[in-house]
Amino acid sequence: MSLAMNELVKIAEWRYVKKPLSRGYNMRTLAIDIGGRPGASPEPVSGAVAAAGRAARGSSAAFLEKAVSAEMRQKFVGGKGFGLKLLWDGTTPTTSWDDPENEIIIATGPICGNTNYPGSGKSLVVSLSPMTGVPIDSNVGGYFGPFLKFSGFDALELTGKSERDLIVFINGDEGCVQIFESPEGLESDTHILADRLTHAFAASESEADLAAISVVSAGRGAEHSLLGLLNFSLYDRRRGGCRVKQAGRGGIGTVFRDKGLKALVCRYSTLAQDDNHAADPAAVQRLGLKLHREILHEDDKQSKMRRAGTAHLMEIMNDYDLLPVENHRFGQDPRGPQLASWVWEKLFSQGLPDGCWYGCTLACAHAVDKFELKTGPYAGQKVCVDGPEYETAAGVGSNIGVWDPEGILEINFYCDTYGIDTISVGTIASFLMECWEYGILNEARTGGVKLEWGNWRAVCELMHQIAEGRGFGMLAGRGTRYLASYMVSQYGADPRLMKDIALHGKGLEQSQYIAKESLAQQGGYYLTNKGPQHDEAWLIFMDMVNNQLPTFEKKAEALHYFPMFRTWFGLQGLCKLPWNDIEPADNAKWPEPNKVPEHVDNYRQLYTAITGEPLSWPELIRQSERVYNFQRVFNLRVGHGRRVDDYPPYRAMGPVTEKEYLSRADRYDKQLREKMNLDPASMTLAEKIAAQRSYREAQYESLVDAVYKRRGWTSDGIPTLERLIEIGMDLPEVLDLVRAHPTP
Amino acid sequence: MIKYLATNDEKCVGCLTCAAVCSKLYFKEDNPAKSSIQVNDVAGGVYHLVVCDQKCVACVRECPTRAISRAKSGAIVIDRKKCVGCLACVAACPIGAMRWFPDGSVPFKCIACGACARACPKAALEIVTKEVAE
Repeated sequence: MSLAMNELVKIAEWRYVKKPLSRGYNMRTLAIDIGGRPGASPEPVSGAVAAAGRAARGSSAAFLEKAVSAEMRQKFVGGKGFGLKLLWDGTTPTTSWDDPENEIIIATGPICGNTNYPGSGKSLVVSLSPMTGVPIDSNVGGYFGPFLKFSGFDALELTGKSERDLIVFINGDEGCVQIFESPEGLESDTHILADRLTHAFAASESEADLAAISVVSAGRGAEHSLLGLLNFSLYDRRRGGCRVKQAGRGGIGTVFRDKGLKALVCRYSTLAQDDNHAADPAAVQRLGLKLHREILHEDDKQSKMRRAGTAHLMEIMNDYDLLPVENHRFGQDPRGPQLASWVWEKLFSQGLPDGCWYGCTLACAHAVDKFELKTGPYAGQKVCVDGPEYETAAGVGSNIGVWDPEGILEINFYCDTYGIDTISVGTIASFLMECWEYGILNEARTGGVKLEWGNWRAVCELMHQIAEGRGFGMLAGRGTRYLASYMVSQYGADPRLMKDIALHGKGLEQSQYIAKESLAQQGGYYLTNKGPQHDEAWLIFMDMVNNQLPTFEKKAEALHYFPMFRTWFGLQGLCKLPWNDIEPADNAKWPEPNKVPEHVDNYRQLYTAITGEPLSWPELIRQSERVYNFQRVFNLRVGHGRRVDDYPPYRAMGPVTEKEYLSRADRYDKQLREKMNLDPASMTLAEKIAAQRSYREAQYESLVDAVYKRRGWTSDGIPTLERLIEIGMDLPEVLDLVRAHPTP
Repeated sequence: MIKYLATNDEKCVGCLTCAAVCSKLYFKEDNPAKSSIQVNDVAGGVYHLVVCDQKCVACVRECPTRAISRAKSGAIVIDRKKCVGCLACVAACPIGAMRWFPDGSVPFKCIACGACARACPKAALEIVTKEVAE
């Protein structure tokens, strides 16, 4: 069933003056209060709310164009910097994720949207997370961010809450924003909704007009769980249909549906090479062309991103004992090759320019076409499955004992269309399966869902239950932290075991690398602002595969440099994969090849080419430090952001169970002898496990001390006033907040 | 059907008449950097002519907006309205026949119009039409 525009009831409209960008910036953002807060709506300043629409339907929606101040630009740059600043200004220390004043901000950055440099189409989505209670930011592809930017706004700020489901339409062609009531019966599941709305809002059915639409939506799963994500669509001209990329982490889709937002739609029809109005457009093209050539020449010899995407990591992680197997108990399995990149390469349609934005020749956004579903409401239908990427293939594959790619694809598809995060689903399912193995869960307790290792149909059943809002799935959708305490309180599970094997930090499920033998990666996961993800620091390769962080000091330095460097991508609207999933052929000859110095230099030049402002490497890091420290203080403001919030569950640090220890007994015994000066021959297994634990926990404490010191934080993990002033994050409200939290 | 500009390096004397005709026709200036045919001096008096063979279609495959396609004429052409200037095609072209110059927002290439062939004083260029199953 197609959806016609005349079936949509418009309840509000606002017009704005279109202005060309200047050097990558609009210098204005758009705030839309969708209503639900009588008296709290911002006053419109330019243009006017369409009074007729409001009065007729009783909408209290309001629109506000906000100027970006020079200070905001200087201190926050763009992207997640803008998102965090707007979120800080719009919320209070006691705002809950489901309060109307919680915001969803979709922000771009100055580099975002250029069509030349690979990986330039990202937007950053920021909100108070239902999973952690602290700000989350999620980096997403698809066309919405660049279209929003070229429609006139550096960021879109959504607040309020509506009882009726709404569709917000930003018409960048005409300079108009409209809010519609979502018609009764319009599907929520993304693979249908994105398609319906693309056709409904496109100016015509021509390929060019369809490709001028991008839709942001969640799905039914986001309505009944905390794991909701946002799907950002792109119209795939060769496949003749919509595909989606995910702002996956932290439950932003749950906030979206809680607000009564059904979808956002943006239309921008006139995309051209220099819509950023760069200071030096030819330099942008030259830099892009240089990287295109490098990718086309080197990718087959390096990561094969163009063939297999990030799934190229599967066999490497398995070879190095880093692939999560059975809730991160093990890092390797003889069945690993069943999920190797060459398997995915055959399943992915090859030879297509699968970028998630124009000009990305790294083209890692692969898809499996004509996949026949076996479960759920769409069983028997043939669909296009976006991905899986590494995190999904590992998370809902090896980590839950699924070695059948078809099972992974089935879970992947339903996660996407229901709007649920595959990483969290993988870690939740693996936790539940381990509980099943220990007898804490059984069919009576799960309502008949057999959560045995490898049973991907059971995981699909949980997802269908989440989508339909029923059964054990509703419990699973609360997340690992909740489930761990539930197992203790309801089923008498051992509290220490539950704490050890529930792989989350701050309430966010850990992503899919075994961190046990890499102290640096433990810090990379847990000394983070938003919880254990692979956005802030991904040191596993450097530490475990390339052995580039042998000393303690190097680990601490890496845990300063890399989170700061990686934050910069989120300020600019960039993807980080073209930074180090492709490297110059002569990268190894440079000092510190792990930083890929030539690519860092590309980024410096790209920033200058677009903004016209010089940027040194230290200043690049400084831009990130300001925002990173601001985010840390933001955590503090909402009651987190201290040392106590930065600890991993022991499963991420070392062997929890006897089975784990015995599986790598030689390694662990050797460590007892060489690192702890103990004689394993004279120790019981329990003593050996305990000795490992106390050693590893002490190592982590020392790492925390070193990293905090390097970052300029107190021993409690709070940025010092001196540090904040030194880096220029010296806003009075930030300094006041830190002054109010003295470290004991 | 494909239509392409066949080149004969042995006849070329490097006079650049072809490049002048091409750049004047499409860019209104005599500038070899804006010519779709390139005359490369490979060794004293020996020239190599580089131009699209209209066969390999690497650029067609790489284009994210499907702006590059085979026209009815038989040549591979760029639809400037669809092109977003990413230059992936320039990188993908195995012989460097997809061209771009700084400040030109979109790339350009030979469309086998034959203007250069008609002007070449040494008959080093010729338009050829061929039936090819694709």
